Amino acid sequence: MTEKPKVGVYVCHCGINISATVDVDAVAEFAKKLPNVNVARTYSYMCSDPGQSLIKNDIKELGLNRVVVASCSPRMHEPTFRKAIKEAGINPYFLEMANVREQCSWVHEEKEEATAKAKKLVAASVAKVRVLEPLEAKEVDAEPAALVIGAGIAGIQAALDIADAGFKVYLVEKTPSVGGRMAQLDKTFPTLDCSACILTPKMVDSANHPNIELLSYAEVEEIGGFIGNFDVKVRKKARYVDFEKCTGCGDCASACRVANRFPSEFDQGMGKRSAIYLPFPQAVPAKYTIDPDSCLFLTRGKCGKSPKCEEVCLANAINFEQEDEIVEFRVGAVIVATGFDAFDASRKPEFGYVDYPNVITGMEMERLVSSSGPTGGKVTINNGEEEIIPKEIAFIKCVGSRDKSIGNEYCSRVCCMYTAKQAHLLRDKIPDANIRVYYIDVRAFGKGFEEFYDRVRRENIRYIRGNPSEIFKRGNKLVVKVEDTLTSTPLEDEVDMVVLAVGLEPRADMRKMMDLLRLSQSPDRFFLEAHPKLRPVDTATDGVFLAGCCQGPKDIPDTVAQAKGAASSAMIPLARGKVIIGAQVANVDESTCRGCGFCVSICPYTAIELVAVNRMGHQVEVARVNEALCKGCGSCSPACLSDSIQPKSFRDRQILPQIAALGVMR
Amino acid sequence: MSDNYEPNIVAFLCNWCSYAGADLAGTSRMQYPANIQIIRVMCSGRVNPLFVMNALQQGADGVLISGCHIGDCHYMEGNFYARRRLGMLKELMEFIGVDSRRFHMSWVSASEGHKWKEVVEKTVEDAREAGPYEGFRRRRIDW
Repeated sequence: MTEKPKVGVYVCHCGINISATVDVDAVAEFAKKLPNVNVARTYSYMCSDPGQSLIKNDIKELGLNRVVVASCSPRMHEPTFRKAIKEAGINPYFLEMANVREQCSWVHEEKEEATAKAKKLVAASVAKVRVLEPLEAKEVDAEPAALVIGAGIAGIQAALDIADAGFKVYLVEKTPSVGGRMAQLDKTFPTLDCSACILTPKMVDSANHPNIELLSYAEVEEIGGFIGNFDVKVRKKARYVDFEKCTGCGDCASACRVANRFPSEFDQGMGKRSAIYLPFPQAVPAKYTIDPDSCLFLTRGKCGKSPKCEEVCLANAINFEQEDEIVEFRVGAVIVATGFDAFDASRKPEFGYVDYPNVITGMEMERLVSSSGPTGGKVTINNGEEEIIPKEIAFIKCVGSRDKSIGNEYCSRVCCMYTAKQAHLLRDKIPDANIRVYYIDVRAFGKGFEEFYDRVRRENIRYIRGNPSEIFKRGNKLVVKVEDTLTSTPLEDEVDMVVLAVGLEPRADMRKMMDLLRLSQSPDRFFLEAHPKLRPVDTATDGVFLAGCCQGPKDIPDTVAQAKGAASSAMIPLARGKVIIGAQVANVDESTCRGCGFCVSICPYTAIELVAVNRMGHQVEVARVNEALCKGCGSCSPACLSDSIQPKSFRDRQILPQIAALGVMR
Repeated sequence: MSDNYEPNIVAFLCNWCSYAGADLAGTSRMQYPANIQIIRVMCSGRVNPLFVMNALQQGADGVLISGCHIGDCHYMEGNFYARRRLGMLKELMEFIGVDSRRFHMSWVSASEGHKWKEVVEKTVEDAREAGPYEGFRRRRIDW
């Protein structure tokens, strides 16, 4: 059979990360006595160049054919050491790692205990490495196209980068227009660029780029397959407007029988729209959409004698017969850029967001100060009695962030700065207003942030340290009850308007994306990246990347940077044109398989099928694994009545020796 | 049972959730008993119930199997199979007189370092209460 195993064991100090708690020399001495171990060494950083050279030299000089590295988690450095031993000429799958850092030295304090455990972990790894098999990774073609889900600034940027590099991009947006949250913003901190001015050109590009197929008002229904070959099914929702014919003139919206009756999503409900609408004047694509929940004809089947929109549309674009359309395509990589939800201020009832019209959120403030907003940029507010220009204005920060009581422990990162920006804009619009900001801390950490914060404070905007406990009405004023914690003074501050600097939350509908792409959540409930520092745009699913606020709160520069990062990572398989698929797939021993088909029914990837073979002159059916589809989970194996189907590298005969090695404690 | 008895626990963790959660407990420097040794498998669905019996035969006093939360399996369905197979095993173990405190199943995600610590503490404590396992021990086999 195969040659006799000659094992080298390499125990890493990891500086003192391991050696402070584990006696690495004792572990190496112990390892030397294990069967088939030829050499055992320690080194300060095994993953470093000299550390890897140590292993490579031993392979060459001592003729080792198996390697055990006792160091950090294999999730960290398994690829590193696989590559190293491959370079030294042995099969990269003749490697086993003993996790003596994350799962030993870092979680135990007693040196004696930790050392004993490390020895056992090494013994288990040696037991397994002796019976490992050589494997070959396979390459399959990758589809040179990408799917980007969500067309806010993150999705648009990622799509443009990939498209500019020459690859096809399918950009899927749930709402009728691209642009996302950034389109709703007025100015952007700290430079005060007009948000629309910097965003709209990109929005137009995303729709017109020859390599981008924009699927707006559409949702991803299904994603199958794997890196290089994801099969995607997208539902294009019916707009009830012929996309090709609509000229975007807007006659229909003015003619609509229920014109300007419904709260505009884009204006945060402060403005009104018709049942047939364009979300905002600069929307891309500039095509009207009928909201099936508010259209009289679609909800009641009747709209006067005939629908007004149909009557006035000169292009004959209205089509109430339109149905959802399913689009299917294949891509090599997926970028998730689904964004965030603004915190729902009604979850902090003490601030009276639901009760008082002059308590508004930061997003509403954006629309209020925007010249394209519902008031044309004029800041007026209803104080419950009349529409006034507010003269006494209070901002409250950290609403829905840094708040354990509502389950959001994290900082939303943008509220400090957007509050400063909004205070500055209000100072411009209402020069004689008294503006104060109630804060817990001011976090002005980004480029130009501190300078901007300083500038805003010099504009006679008072920063008062304190977290308000309550807002209530007195006469036609609102009273903010708060303690100034720097002077320990309880205050009752009478104001005309309160702006709640609401934080960012994971999207309420993120579950669907998690199910589609097997994504996980971090403790803060945003999508989890593969590594917090070194793989910040990757996910646990190969070929799926994250961009923007779906991964955690971010400002626009960080979002764009991450989108560009995700785009460049996504382009790796597209540019190579090939992807390496796991070698650790299931394998059937056709001489013992009895063809019962249990494994076939279990496999979640339909990777197993029964095929007829000739076995010693008899026609029999046996299971056969399609290695391109198999992901190596191994669920089939315990179901096998004859132990014939086994995942490579995780065979029964490879795991049982590990169990035996761990069991010998007593 | 002597006072200084320390149970020996073998744990099977799926690569994507629980193993990553255990790694996170490490990076967060959470402290938990050293009685537990982890074997990594790609999916909890890989864990053959016989592995559990085998571990008890080979010298373990307790066995823990941990996977992704139900519905969150990286391989879509693997942890459903694990739950059903090992649930069945648990009943069988009770039937043949193995203390059920020796056997635990848990669902720990990649972000739940704290939960992993709690699971380990509970598993070790239960196995300690159950005492040294003297049932179907096998003599040491040299693999």
